[in-house]
Amino acid sequence: MGGSLSVFDHMERVGDVEWTLAPHDGMLVAGRIYADAASIDQLRREADDPKGWSAVRQLKNVASLPGIVAPALALPDVHPGYGFPIGGVGAFDLDDGVVVVGGVGFDINCGVRLLRTPLRRGDVAPDIDRIAADLYRAVPAGLGSKGALRLSTKEIDRVLREGAPYVVRLGDGIESDLEYTEENGHVDGAEPDAVSALAKQRQFQQVGTLGSGNHYLEVQIVDELLEPKAARAFGLAAAQVVVSIHTGSRALGHQIGQDSLREMASACEKYGIRIPDQEMVCAPARSPEGQRYLAAVACGANCAFANRQAITHLVRTSLARSCSIDPETIQTVYDIGHNHVRIEEHEVDGVARRLLVHRKGATRAFGPGRSDVPPAYRECGHPTLVGGTMGTSSYVMHGTSAGMELAFGSGIHGAGRALSRNQALKRFRSDGILSDLAAKGIRLLAHDKRGIAEEAPGAYKDVDSVVRAAAAAGINVPVARLRPLAVIKG
Amino acid sequence: MPFVYLDHSADLAIRAWGSSVGEAFAEAALAMFSKMVRADRVRPVIAREYALQADSLRGLLVAWLAALLVPKDLENLVFSRFDVDVRTTELGLLLRGRALGEPLDPERHEPSGEVKGITYLGLDVREEAGVWYAEYVADV
Repeated sequence: MGGSLSVFDHMERVGDVEWTLAPHDGMLVAGRIYADAASIDQLRREADDPKGWSAVRQLKNVASLPGIVAPALALPDVHPGYGFPIGGVGAFDLDDGVVVVGGVGFDINCGVRLLRTPLRRGDVAPDIDRIAADLYRAVPAGLGSKGALRLSTKEIDRVLREGAPYVVRLGDGIESDLEYTEENGHVDGAEPDAVSALAKQRQFQQVGTLGSGNHYLEVQIVDELLEPKAARAFGLAAAQVVVSIHTGSRALGHQIGQDSLREMASACEKYGIRIPDQEMVCAPARSPEGQRYLAAVACGANCAFANRQAITHLVRTSLARSCSIDPETIQTVYDIGHNHVRIEEHEVDGVARRLLVHRKGATRAFGPGRSDVPPAYRECGHPTLVGGTMGTSSYVMHGTSAGMELAFGSGIHGAGRALSRNQALKRFRSDGILSDLAAKGIRLLAHDKRGIAEEAPGAYKDVDSVVRAAAAAGINVPVARLRPLAVIKG
Repeated sequence: MPFVYLDHSADLAIRAWGSSVGEAFAEAALAMFSKMVRADRVRPVIAREYALQADSLRGLLVAWLAALLVPKDLENLVFSRFDVDVRTTELGLLLRGRALGEPLDPERHEPSGEVKGITYLGLDVREEAGVWYAEYVADV
């Protein structure tokens, strides 16, 4: 683990929900952590255990990488990951900086899409069992599931190069889906030749599959409007039925990540990059290895956008049939990734710079006025989507001008885990969770029945507190709280 | 059972051990599949052979585990029995391994979660008092 006994000795509270990790022991910049008291206690306990995993130690590692231009950031849902902490953001110089596989992870551009419907709670509540069962059948999920799209090598290359627009052109979507997807569902710079044949082969049957683990599909109602003006812009009203889709780039992203770790380990040696831990393997952004990774990760991002688009089509078709509504009245509010590295323009010390921004378990949260925010949302900033945990609330938030300065326009992505899967399995039982959810009027349909306990709401931090901390930090504004009616778990 | 799951708040941390590197690697693989399926119900009827090379034991462990994840996507195969031999040759470290399993049957194997990849976090292969340990964290 290295460093002093407790990295926490270098932490200082500088605001209500803001802490600074002073540069020490090889750090090139400071660390900045936005977190409430409960999260800070958890971070301290982790840091004080030299044998355990510590998100603050991982943040310190991020702050030690070449070319980082400003404090390494941890957002209120921070918890230990691999490489970057989850909830971690790091911005690097395009010329002197590095790209870090552990700053993106295996599930490249994993994210959430939110769909709004013309339905109200009363329209679906009496039939929710049937509606949920229809969705459960319509969307392939769980280990070994196969998507309805069967793609040739040429077609999979088009998915990687073109992203969600390719799926819409196949007929699985409507134009406005793309308008309200981050980057319009297509990241530039994708080069399918940078992706191994094995990665593509693993993906052939997985476009349009939800996956498993913490991936889900939820039918939700808008429980409370917290910022009515922005909610109106996002087309959200009280008691409205919405659907959240949480998934990523599936096996393609997994294999790109695995291939890249090995290539980056060699690159680290080749370029003599001193990394604080083997999990931080990286390559200079300008090196052939760095460029190849960026080209591959763009393919992974496009694949994830395409995947959420394909699932959107399945959801739209199923829900429209179940509820006898026009499919085109089910519309995308926004689609946003939370595992990515992107080239973005930000101001650093008053100077506009193009930077490589890594967000691991963190979303973009661009504030008002940015040209890359859809015109309908430009007055407040685009929506950010904060996933709940089976049975707890999800949130729609938006970015702020302050967040652009403080956090490279970044937002929280979920509650963040508090317990390990191991601990959760010891503490919770799947049947107990099912009955707790049923008591709250929430249907849970799980492809993975044994995994329910691992994803128990009690294994996560309190999402309401995490949202409050992000709001108190001034980086994200809560717009609406969503409550699940039915959860379909991968 | 010669493997344990350690505490990691987001991912799957595993310590496996055996009397040789090969045994530790076989247990490391069983631990991974025991997370994804009820491995005791996976019949060892289809074999896949592996020959892998790496510069380090850690690199070899990652290569071995990552290779085993591929057939679930290509052939819908999951494994439950592993034979591994690791030796040093003039070309570097060489692993010869065999994995036995069968096509995934969700009813019988009760899949739970999916290992996305093998990270470098806490990655370690070491010998202590005649016992070989293989430790790794898998992204799930």
